[in-house]
Amino acid sequence: MKHVTRKATRHVNQNEALIFEKSSPGKAAWRLPPLDVPDVDTSKLLGSAERKDLGQMPEVSEIEIIRHFTRLSTWNYAIDLGMYPLGSCTMKYNPRVNEVVSRLEGLANGHPYQPERVSQGALRIMKVLSECLLEITGMDAITLQPAAGAHGELTGLLMVRAYQQSKGNPRKKILIPDSAHGTNPATAAMVGYDVEKMQSNARGMVDVAALTAQMNDEVAALMLTNPNTLGVFEQEIHKIAEIMHAKGGLLYMDGANMNALVGKVRPGDFGVDVMHLNLHKTFSTPHGGGGPGSGPVAVKKFLEPFLPKPVVITKPDGTLAFEYNRPQSVGRVRAFYGNFGMFVRALAYTLANGPDGLRQTTEDAVLNANYIRKGLEGIYDLPYSTPTMHEVVFSDKLQARRGVKTMDIAKRLIDYGFHPYTTAFPLIVPGALMIEPTESESKEEMDLFIQAMRSIAEEVEEDPQLVLDAPHSTRVSRLDEVAAARKPVLRWKPAN
Amino acid sequence: MPYPTEFKYNKEHEWIKADGKNATVGITNYAQESLGDIVFVELPKVGSEIVAGKTFGSVESVKAVSDLYAPASGAVTEVNGELATAPEKINKEAHAAWLIKISLKNPSELNSLLSAQDYEKFVSEEAGN
Amino acid sequence: MKNRQSSIVNRKFPMRYLPKSPSDREAILKAIGARSINDLFASIPAEYRLERDLKVPRQMAESEIVDWFRERSRENGDGYATFLGAGAYYHYRPVIIDSLISRGEFLTAYTPYQAEISQGTLQSIFEFQTMICELTGMEVANASMYDGSTAAAEAVMMAVRLTGRRSAVVANSLHPEYREVLATYAHHQSLPLTTTSFTDSGRVNLKELEKLVTQETACVLIQSPNFFGTIEDVAAIAEIAHKQGAMLVVSIAEAISLGIVEPPRQADIIAMEAQSFGVPLGFGGPYCGVIATREQYVRQMPGRLVGQTSDKNGKRGFVLTLATREQHIRREKATSNICTNQALVALMVNIFMTIYGKIGLRELAKQNLAKTNYAAQQFGKHAKVLFPSAPRFNEFVVQTSEDPYAINSRILGHKIVGGLPLKKFYPELGNAALWCCTELTTRTSIDTAVGLVAESERLVKSAKQEADVQEVAR
Repeated sequence: MKHVTRKATRHVNQNEALIFEKSSPGKAAWRLPPLDVPDVDTSKLLGSAERKDLGQMPEVSEIEIIRHFTRLSTWNYAIDLGMYPLGSCTMKYNPRVNEVVSRLEGLANGHPYQPERVSQGALRIMKVLSECLLEITGMDAITLQPAAGAHGELTGLLMVRAYQQSKGNPRKKILIPDSAHGTNPATAAMVGYDVEKMQSNARGMVDVAALTAQMNDEVAALMLTNPNTLGVFEQEIHKIAEIMHAKGGLLYMDGANMNALVGKVRPGDFGVDVMHLNLHKTFSTPHGGGGPGSGPVAVKKFLEPFLPKPVVITKPDGTLAFEYNRPQSVGRVRAFYGNFGMFVRALAYTLANGPDGLRQTTEDAVLNANYIRKGLEGIYDLPYSTPTMHEVVFSDKLQARRGVKTMDIAKRLIDYGFHPYTTAFPLIVPGALMIEPTESESKEEMDLFIQAMRSIAEEVEEDPQLVLDAPHSTRVSRLDEVAAARKPVLRWKPAN
Repeated sequence: MPYPTEFKYNKEHEWIKADGKNATVGITNYAQESLGDIVFVELPKVGSEIVAGKTFGSVESVKAVSDLYAPASGAVTEVNGELATAPEKINKEAHAAWLIKISLKNPSELNSLLSAQDYEKFVSEEAGN
Repeated sequence: MKNRQSSIVNRKFPMRYLPKSPSDREAILKAIGARSINDLFASIPAEYRLERDLKVPRQMAESEIVDWFRERSRENGDGYATFLGAGAYYHYRPVIIDSLISRGEFLTAYTPYQAEISQGTLQSIFEFQTMICELTGMEVANASMYDGSTAAAEAVMMAVRLTGRRSAVVANSLHPEYREVLATYAHHQSLPLTTTSFTDSGRVNLKELEKLVTQETACVLIQSPNFFGTIEDVAAIAEIAHKQGAMLVVSIAEAISLGIVEPPRQADIIAMEAQSFGVPLGFGGPYCGVIATREQYVRQMPGRLVGQTSDKNGKRGFVLTLATREQHIRREKATSNICTNQALVALMVNIFMTIYGKIGLRELAKQNLAKTNYAAQQFGKHAKVLFPSAPRFNEFVVQTSEDPYAINSRILGHKIVGGLPLKKFYPELGNAALWCCTELTTRTSIDTAVGLVAESERLVKSAKQEADVQEVAR
């Protein structure tokens, strides 16, 4: 390595095969207590429905399982190890008290169908969280049912459609900026809408003149992310809302970037009609390797009748209950009530912060992104000079002259002990480097990041091959994704 | 790379080679270069109709999917079965690895397509951007 | 005013999740060239900027947070035994599941897009996919959907894409909330749904099904074991569907059944809920849906997939693959809009399946069968147990003379939650309730519940007899 990296050092870590490769008949990691009821003759009870053989399912001991997964875990990067500068992912600290409270027995073992009399704890958690989220967003009503952000988008658009239908015409199109996350157009298509792309202006924001031209009575809604995926606040948001509302359209906001807004401004105040939140982004619930998430949808009062059912209500006697009698509801988007375990965690996070903590968090998130912008400006191309909020987008334009692209720089960053930033998104910036540090990064960690990125930029000039062949220090080097896609091997099979 | 003069081209980077009432369709070398390693090709069934200017399938690389646009209208008479197991043939020899063969519905449609020379010019302009 | 004061007091305490001292913040502001933090929020139009504290509860100490939730836990049936199933099952969770998933490298890791530093997550998903295939008899499985209900809906959409047909036949014995979710998804794809009912065996009415499946049917969707716990005649249903060129989609809500019940090998797509495999009940979520199918359909399958490959040195490794189906590439042409999946929960499932394995899963399922068999027999002595003629797994329906809500009230007094009253879902079954027994159900609870049901039946009978006597006397 050309430059000395201060953040990470190589260290021996254990190899580990697939669990099936360690399996052998007669090993066990389980033990059931004896039956306190009479045993049964399975063949008699099930007849031809009886299963005799569980094939290649493994047989291993408990310590082998502990070692297996512990070793595997040491191959992963994680927030607990260091910064994830991934744009729009908001990789913030996952507080451990969240894990403890979600495991309290009455909450962890609560069955969704248990009588309301013994569900007041869960209902109260849902109610208090809902109230907090409504206050934070400035909206009037909310559903916690959607399982993730994309699911929330689906729910939100279902409500848009139901509303437009109630006005006599569901309309045909959704307007989506070209800077939007892929789930936006995918969701619009699932709800039966055509997607009409909106080009961003030279400052990377919604082109208000173009919007005025594109908005007509065939457009049901505009799906906006604010701040947008460039980390820029849509300053003309008021005009944007007006243009939509004037022709009977709705303003949907993708809440993925709420980490720039909490405690400083509320979407409900600047004209948003419906929006989703990502509890696994803004509200610290853990990413866990890809999920679970939770995507509550908050709406203005006029959309309240369309919320998925059931909704949580307070009965005259003061107890809480689920209300199913909702004739205009869009229906259910999933069984039961949502990812309750995530509600517990998000609420614990909110209580740990209080109003000051929430505001300070947002301020630190924006402060951090600006610090990184300052540290890398001039070293990497900054396509848009508009003020940065919680995330900043550079491009690989300067490095591309030497044949090095954003993905290569990202892979080299791994050698410096960091997880890569988001590459190649948003689409409106060719060769994008999308960086969101979040408030969870100390000045020390950010200085190490800036130093690493500067060092890589130097390497690009002096020794581009070093960057192109990166990473050099990982267990596996760059993997053959082409072979994986051409001839997919999606499961283990015993060698015969 | 010289583009075969007996082919005609559309602006979506498909080529078509007419042979009387029938024609063969593929994607150009420029297209395969832009896509990178091709991993999968989605093609229409024999007997289905394709319409000039409309999509008739797609080509996938690891990171991108590109729609295929019909250079001319017709009924699909043959599909290149080799591509199901060896899509990389398109990367190796785009102008020989044909995708489908069709019976032309309206042979005069080919007159509005680009010649090899015009296509080459079009590509160098696009690449220059 | 009170709020403002307390927030000023709280400003004395640094927020413990934020790793910056006041001097750090000053240094950064200086480096940026901003006078105050509010300079950085200048792009927000002044009329919208919040100049007040959010009206959320004040900042709490960690001990206060734990206390607050502990109170909620107490208000939530803490320590009650349960006979509830119906799509969410109470099974024992071996302790090493939490020991392992609580490791920060699993808990706080991101989606494994950067394969070189996510091999832990990727390899465990590959193992998960393998084991789901083994258990379901399918060739490929994805890395999880949100839950069983959305998995079923997505599976139907998949069948529609694959067959090019635009309608589906759905069994009435599929979980009612799953059917609601499917209706929501189908409505916007203009997909008409027809429902087929069950006979008094509890199984799908085959004669009726035969009439409903046509050349326009994309798929038949059933659940097995179904909502009532009854195991369907999957082979017969498959024949009816395939005869018309329709696909068979089977939903499985109680994953433990796969330990002892033959999987629906004739299915084209299986949409399951894996919650029973080590995922806490958690008042309804997060759970773990999975779609498993045949290799030839893999490109129409939603959700993430992990594939095996090698690096440039020939070393085995794992990557997310076939991503071109997904939203981040295909956008509006994606097979679905799903992005976040249920990775951490799938890891719990993975570890559970590994712990019990080939022998343990069968033994565990057998215990469920034994407990349920005992309970059904005992209930059957006093009340009517429906659907006796077909085999069942760990759930059954009991019909009582009295309204099950009333009986359950009494059972609740013993800190036991009784079976799910079915009136709101199946009014035609009258005073019926769905009872579930797992390996955790004790004989004592069963006997107590049975005793209360027996007493209820006795009281109703004697009240009736008295009324009859009075009738006669008149």
